[in-house]
Amino acid sequence: MREQLQGLKEQALTDLQGQESLQALGDWKVKYLGKKGELTAILRGMGSLSAEERPVIGQLVNEVRDELEAAHDEKEAAFKRAERNKRLAEEAVDVTLPGRAVPVGSEHPLNQLIRDVEDIFIGLGFSVAEGPEVEFDYFNFEAMNVPKNHPARDMQDTFYVTEEILMRTQTSPMQARVMGEKAAEARAKGQQYPDPIRIISPGRVYRRDDDDATHSHAFMQIEGLVVDRNIRMSDLKGTLLTFAREIFGDGVQVRLRPSYFPFTEPSTEVDATCHNCGGSGCRTCKGTGWIEILGAGMVHPSVLEMAGYDPTVFSGFAFGMGVERTAMRRYAIEDIRGFYQNDVRLMQNFKSRM
Amino acid sequence: MKISYQWLNDYIDVADLTPQQLGDKLTEAGIPVEVFTELNQGITGVVVGHVLETRQHENADKLRVCTIDAGTGENLQIVCGAPNVAPGQKVPCAVVGSELPGDFKIKKAKLRGVESQGMLCSAKELGMDVKLLPKEQTEGLYILPGDAPVGADIADYLRLNDVVMELELTPNRADALNYRGVVYEIAAILGREVKMVEEFNAPHATPTPVTVKIESDNCTKYSALVVKGLTVAESPLWLQAKLLAVGVRPINNVVDVTNFVMFELGQPLHAFDLSKVADDTIIVRQAQDGETHVTLDGVERTLDSSMLVIADPEKVIGLAGVMGGENSEVDSNTTTIVLESAYFDPGTTRKTGKALGLFSEAQKRFEKGMIDQGMITNALLRAALLIAELAGGEVVGAPVEVVKAAAEPNVLDLTLERVNDYLGTEISDDEMVDVLTRLGFQVSGFKVDGAHRVTVPTRRPDIVRDVDLIEEIARIYGYDKIPATLPQGELIRGGLTPEQRLRRHVRELLINSGLTEVITYTFQSPAALDRLGLADDEQLSNRLALMHPMSEERSVLRTHMLPSLLEVVEYNRNRKTNDLALFEVGRVFFPDNDPAQLPTERTRISGIFTGNFGPVGIGEKPRAVDFFAVKGVVENVLAGLGIDGVTYSAVEMASMHPGRTADIWKGDIFLGYVGALHPEVEEACDLPPTYYFQLHLESLMQAREGREVTVAALPKFPAMERDIAVLVDVNIPAGHMLGTINSAAGDLLESARVFDFYQGPQVPAGKKSVAFRLVYRSPERTLTDEEVSERHNNVLEALKAGYGAELRA
Ligand SMILES: [Zn+2]
Repeated sequence: MREQLQGLKEQALTDLQGQESLQALGDWKVKYLGKKGELTAILRGMGSLSAEERPVIGQLVNEVRDELEAAHDEKEAAFKRAERNKRLAEEAVDVTLPGRAVPVGSEHPLNQLIRDVEDIFIGLGFSVAEGPEVEFDYFNFEAMNVPKNHPARDMQDTFYVTEEILMRTQTSPMQARVMGEKAAEARAKGQQYPDPIRIISPGRVYRRDDDDATHSHAFMQIEGLVVDRNIRMSDLKGTLLTFAREIFGDGVQVRLRPSYFPFTEPSTEVDATCHNCGGSGCRTCKGTGWIEILGAGMVHPSVLEMAGYDPTVFSGFAFGMGVERTAMRRYAIEDIRGFYQNDVRLMQNFKSRM
Repeated sequence: MKISYQWLNDYIDVADLTPQQLGDKLTEAGIPVEVFTELNQGITGVVVGHVLETRQHENADKLRVCTIDAGTGENLQIVCGAPNVAPGQKVPCAVVGSELPGDFKIKKAKLRGVESQGMLCSAKELGMDVKLLPKEQTEGLYILPGDAPVGADIADYLRLNDVVMELELTPNRADALNYRGVVYEIAAILGREVKMVEEFNAPHATPTPVTVKIESDNCTKYSALVVKGLTVAESPLWLQAKLLAVGVRPINNVVDVTNFVMFELGQPLHAFDLSKVADDTIIVRQAQDGETHVTLDGVERTLDSSMLVIADPEKVIGLAGVMGGENSEVDSNTTTIVLESAYFDPGTTRKTGKALGLFSEAQKRFEKGMIDQGMITNALLRAALLIAELAGGEVVGAPVEVVKAAAEPNVLDLTLERVNDYLGTEISDDEMVDVLTRLGFQVSGFKVDGAHRVTVPTRRPDIVRDVDLIEEIARIYGYDKIPATLPQGELIRGGLTPEQRLRRHVRELLINSGLTEVITYTFQSPAALDRLGLADDEQLSNRLALMHPMSEERSVLRTHMLPSLLEVVEYNRNRKTNDLALFEVGRVFFPDNDPAQLPTERTRISGIFTGNFGPVGIGEKPRAVDFFAVKGVVENVLAGLGIDGVTYSAVEMASMHPGRTADIWKGDIFLGYVGALHPEVEEACDLPPTYYFQLHLESLMQAREGREVTVAALPKFPAMERDIAVLVDVNIPAGHMLGTINSAAGDLLESARVFDFYQGPQVPAGKKSVAFRLVYRSPERTLTDEEVSERHNNVLEALKAGYGAELRA
């Protein structure tokens, strides 16, 4: 019986090698290992064996069965692997084809810049204050130290809605509004002094200008205001230096030049080193190495007084920057009208800056 | 303000600096100088020539052959085509070897067979600005004064070797609208001495023979002085040259002197022919309404009582500070003049000029209010003495001065501590006093309470507070020496308000949904609503109008974003971009019932879609935008903002498709609407199907009020899901059925939603199939089949009862 078993094993293994499909492999398994298979047939013949031989042969049969099953499983796994590989090969796609395009929107470059500036100043402890675009002459001019018939009114031609109501020509009226609110708050609470102020105020402003490549009847400004006890002009310089470095890069220097705004004294234009040449002089900066980035100054005591602040106790600084001008420089856009025409081919360039 | 470098050197020694160097110094100190103009446009070797004789050219009718003494030792023969050449004249002569502007080198030449040893020149050929010269000086040769020295260099003689700097003055620096102010500024910057004569004395003390009466508060001081026996003539060349350099047309020796003194000392002056002033009496008064007056330019002006005039007892003889009158003009017969030097109210001068459309150099100075009241009479004397000298007259007595309100110099107290505290600097006391002194401010030698007493010169009426002095110190000390520090004091927490955060969030959600953000103008055309069929909408057509718009197209403030967005769509479609998904977060303006109040400004979140929208794969067809694509964006935004329980209800409104538009509600808060544009609007705008939504920022804020972000605990017990599919009439909104389901299912219903929808041949005509998925759950136990079935039956019964729904197999 041993020989019989040995012979069966060898025949089965030889036979197994010839099986070329999963189907054939199944048939092979039935033939040799099935309930009516050849190994079972041998097992049935064990009744003729002696009591000593029976366990020995029984074990041998099990060994042969294990061996054949292992051989079968291995072959079966190989078949399955091959079959899967074949299927995977069929499933291959051209990975270089473009993906299904999900529409990607874009943020308007002016809003992008405003958001960046807001975030820089929020980091410096500033809040964002916003106000009406249709404004009283009082806040736009008078509270900003520009009484009726003041020569500075020549500097900006104004869209009036009525004699006393206008399209704000600057974001500066927010200075008067915010200070006025803080002063009123302090009075209501019985505080001796109003709370300190650190705000920036972005928004739209309007001037009676013909629209051309560098002028727009509507544009945006960002106003800044800091009022506290002991605010110095050097604080203005340091704050704007910090800002300039955040927005234009670490190595940037700033320079102050005397200027005039009715609502600040002293007043100053603020230049930053030219982003294009780094200060050595080029066409962008007309050879000076400097680019004007904003106007600023110490809050005029008359403005403080009108808003209910005592200028002998409080001082402050304010600044204002043109958003379009800065954005034109930042994105190398040459025509200011581009911001308001909204050609999506241009706007889509700003997808990646979110 | 134009400054001639030569003229400037009369008053302060700056010859060691180039105009460019000086300009840079001024720029640093706050007076930008960017334009420098060389008056000599390229003349070399041209000299003064004396025309000895002229004869007709033998071969040319229009040419003369001239014999010229050009100081070269021998007479020159020069052919000249100018009709005005005549023997005895002094003329500019470009000899052989000299050069004229435009790299024009003069060579020996033969003109029609006659040799010419040079060229006689016109003003234009010398490169002069001929606009300012009298006509007779610009037609033909430039005829020089008879005393011009033969052989002298013409550029020197005409004072053309000069550079004119253009100072860009900010409105507060009207003190530098004259040489005196500029000279003091330069003196302070460079620490140099002023060489200017600023005080003048009358020849004798008898009051000049005129009467002056001030009858208006708009004139605080008026000085007058008579010069008699003069001969009105052309001014000497030096005076003409100075005026030409600063862009002023020379007229005669009286008017030229008044202009000269205005530029020199800053005080506008006017000369009246005294013989034309009745009773030798000058009255400064308000005009009468309707009074007429012919100004020097020959135009009759109708005046009103807001205007200040100079009059005699019979008539108006000039508009104070704006323009003189024709009836008192100095002309060639004038022998006696009365000169006026005064202070007129800035606002009145400005308004009068504006009302009459006039703008003179004098007016410019008066309306800035920067007249030095201490200089009024000195300037008057300076002009009278100079006129007497140049026109051969005699100053009659001393000025008559009428003062309504005396101007005292400002005195300010200033401590060093205040200066350094304000600037953040460490300036020393000596430095501070030095700067102030250099600016011509008087600083007291002693201190009161640690403060210097500073007397401000009257030429600087702009210095009225201590901070004005601090600015002057900072300017001259140098802004570049101010250090960079950060504000001290308590830290304040900054950040965005909830509304600002919401706005940023909305924008981010829309951008991430594939929309391009735009920014449009707030001014619209009054007709903007017409083609939208909204012309009759009471709320939208009530718009604020600008008083003086730049154009009709941009003359009213928008109440609606749609016209603005349509403009952008049209702009892009004209450029062949047809697939558009745009949004803007912008303001609209609703007038207040009380026109004295500001309008209500509201923020709208508006989007517009046209063409294709949505993801497209390779080989797939792009999908045209439809209602549900746009509604999906809106739902996404609202979900992203955490606004749930939003309902949509079909609505009919002008401008929108009546069957494809929904109002958006959260409870009773109206959030906005979404829908297709009305086909008529699309037709009017030449658009394919286009969709629009509008959300109201203020409503979104309100809808989020009281919202708490809490993370619900994960459910402990299993849910039971049941679907229900029903057939209903097509006009029954699924949203309504959902409402019914929610109330019929009771408290065990966790959620219900539409998960399938069908309309077409598979269902009877006029019907649609809607399938809902209901999720039941209890937080306390596992539900039994029976209790869920019971509730589910209630739902079915409610749908049957409410909508005639049939259960679909
Ligand atoms: Zn540069």
